[in-house]
Amino acid sequence: MTQVTFTDHEGATRALDATPGDSVMETAVRNGVPGIVAECGGSLSCATCHVYVDATDLAALVPMEEMEDEMLWGTAEDRTDCSRLSCQIRLDEGAHLHVTTPATQV
Amino acid sequence: MDVTGSTDDGLLVIGSSQAGVSLVTTLRALGHDAPITLLGDEHHRPYQRPALSKEFLQGQVSKESLIFRTEDYWAEHRIDLVKGERVMRIDKRADGSGTAYAMSGREIAFGRLALAVGARPRRLLVEGIDLPGVLYLRNADDALELKARVPDVEDVVVVGGGFIGIEAAASLHTMGKRVTVLEAGPRLVGRAVGEQTADHLLRHHRSAGIAIELGAGLARVLPRGDRVGAVELTDGRVVRADLVLVGVGVLPHTELAESIGLECDNGIRVDRYAVASDGHTIAVGDCANQPNPLPGAAPDDRVRFESVNNAIEQAKVAAYKITGREEEYAGIPWFWSNQGSLKLQIAGLNHGHDRTLVREDPEKGRHSVLYYRGDQVVAADCINAPLDFMAVRAALGKGAHLPYEAAGDPAVPLKSITVDAAALAAN
Repeated sequence: MTQVTFTDHEGATRALDATPGDSVMETAVRNGVPGIVAECGGSLSCATCHVYVDATDLAALVPMEEMEDEMLWGTAEDRTDCSRLSCQIRLDEGAHLHVTTPATQV
Repeated sequence: MDVTGSTDDGLLVIGSSQAGVSLVTTLRALGHDAPITLLGDEHHRPYQRPALSKEFLQGQVSKESLIFRTEDYWAEHRIDLVKGERVMRIDKRADGSGTAYAMSGREIAFGRLALAVGARPRRLLVEGIDLPGVLYLRNADDALELKARVPDVEDVVVVGGGFIGIEAAASLHTMGKRVTVLEAGPRLVGRAVGEQTADHLLRHHRSAGIAIELGAGLARVLPRGDRVGAVELTDGRVVRADLVLVGVGVLPHTELAESIGLECDNGIRVDRYAVASDGHTIAVGDCANQPNPLPGAAPDDRVRFESVNNAIEQAKVAAYKITGREEEYAGIPWFWSNQGSLKLQIAGLNHGHDRTLVREDPEKGRHSVLYYRGDQVVAADCINAPLDFMAVRAALGKGAHLPYEAAGDPAVPLKSITVDAAALAAN
């Protein structure tokens, strides 16, 4: 089963089943996870789907491209080494990813 | 008569658009517990529109990925979703409550009404415009029809060089079509960007191979058999076309609002909390004409946005109002337009600027125009330059300063020269 566990900035967690091939952002938005805004719907224009990926999960992800890297400099809450835009993380079959959402996206 | 879901204390939202969806989901996130009906006239589940002219048209994203929320979400949050239903008439009492009468005969009672009815494409009235193969692009059905026809066409004429027209033109060009854009005005995207940005877009798309005719009037559409075959310009030139896509702006839907006596003028007039002239009814999104929410705007300056960002932010203000709180419109208006390989991001409104500054890195295809009113930056058009966009949006949001003299060097990140409001006050 493909899953994403979202932890909010206060520590509350929610595990969601995901469709392989969907992005982490799509999984969050369709299920109404607070903490992911995603104004631009995944077209890499708004940086309001910022997440911190658990350090142990990070290495398995496809590395980010330059545009995502640049957008991350403009997130509402400052980036860390674990920051990604969740619209750019596609979920492989069987993946179980853990991410934390920031206190604010805008 | 179907009266399921009808309630005297509930909210009826007409329009399952970005604004309508944002309004109801924000209300539930705020803990608002009253019944909610979200009614739309399309048969699709509520979906996002921006990709229709871009990623969806090009087959990069599926229909499914445009859907706003799962079926479970609506059920769990007790939002009664009504699809494929059009409201024909509304009876509204002085306290804002009333009953909506839909085409199917369904009646929906409401305690408060919210209009998120959006806009429709402006139609062109020229000979031949009704020929098969002349399309508009506003909703999913339009996009599905366009997508279905694309494999059979070679020559496309796009009428209108606004965002929708250029985005679709760039998409169709990417898909291997011969594309001609006809723009009646002297430059592309006239209203939305400044001249330097418009010139850059023009050069980029022409060099990519899209034919763009400025100052080009459409005289008529010519048939080939029983379908569109070409267009004739007002100067007599004829351009071959297997498909004509018209994107010449939109008109806000105000008929329902007018029928219940709400003041309308280029949209439904609302106050800064998204409340219409009756003091009760809410109007949000593309259909709403609101006081300019930017800090420092003149009190009588009004705007009607056509953007996702506004649909979300104005819906938030409206949701707070419904729950009894008056919150200011937060954030800085921003817009985006992906045109082939070119990513345009706009922060703020360039109204009333008195000078501009260009930051350019031709090698990376970056081109930003910053708009200043006196010493204060008020807006920026950023092409393939997300760092510039983010820095200007952040500065506008904080009332910070980007010194004009220092901002022109593209090697210097704007973020590094931002002077925040506190430091300004200290000087």
